Amino acid sequence: MIAFTLPQPTPTWYLLLAAVLFAIGVVGVMVRRNPLVLFMCVELMLNAVNLSFVAFARQMGDVGGQSTVFFVMVVAAAEVVVGLGVVVAILRRRPTATTDDMTELKG
Amino acid sequence: MELFVFVVAGAMVLGGALGVVVRTHPVHAALSLILTLFGVAVLFVAQEAHFLAAVEVIVYAGAIVVLFLFVIMLLGVDKTEDLRIEPFRVQRPVAVVVGVALVSLVGLAVIASRERTVRVAEPLDVVAQDPADGNVRAIARDVFGEHVLAFELTSVLLVIAVVGTVILARRPRKGELIGSGK
Repeated sequence: MIAFTLPQPTPTWYLLLAAVLFAIGVVGVMVRRNPLVLFMCVELMLNAVNLSFVAFARQMGDVGGQSTVFFVMVVAAAEVVVGLGVVVAILRRRPTATTDDMTELKG
Repeated sequence: MELFVFVVAGAMVLGGALGVVVRTHPVHAALSLILTLFGVAVLFVAQEAHFLAAVEVIVYAGAIVVLFLFVIMLLGVDKTEDLRIEPFRVQRPVAVVVGVALVSLVGLAVIASRERTVRVAEPLDVVAQDPADGNVRAIARDVFGEHVLAFELTSVLLVIAVVGTVILARRPRKGELIGSGK
């Protein structure tokens, strides 16, 4: 009978969780200096947005939100591939480079 | 039951996300990211997005994080980063303030608009006749029907990304400048 007294998670709960996840990603991007960890924090933000897309898709009863998440995942994969290519090219030359050293990319 | 799933998966998501930000070792951060991605996949299942949950585990946890680990191992940058070194003294407090402000603003907006967002159609599991593969069919009909042009363009995007990365990460031969085209 406990099940009747417990609240059921509504889309609002998922949206709040997504907001917290997004903020953690933002703080990570601002605090960390390792370019690889920066990319991981960007992935956190992308996942937060995906989570809110799916929550809205269920709330609206429209599968379009889920196909948007599908496209977001494809673009995220492409972004990680190109970003890691740049990181490999920089770190091969200077293995201890942090994001502050990215200013050497200036022409 | 859904409450239990939400609480456990939400704890996985937030714990993993904090791990990514706090752990100083890049490999540990990548493993924390896997924890977060699995939590998100569980939340996808709880919201009837079965196909996306599978794609999340295969593409994100399977491919992207493994790519991260490959790069970490390949470059030998798996050293602990000293988080106490801080070039800009103000950056960290500002980051925390911005994070808290972001959460409170978005949270306020979500809670304030809670009453106005209404369910405009039937829930997804009702739309699909067969609940077992209904979600996959619905997504397939949407992606290959309405968004088929965008789907084809993503293949172009992926080819461009792969070619660009090969050119970027290729080791130049002796006496050759990167980008000289010779």
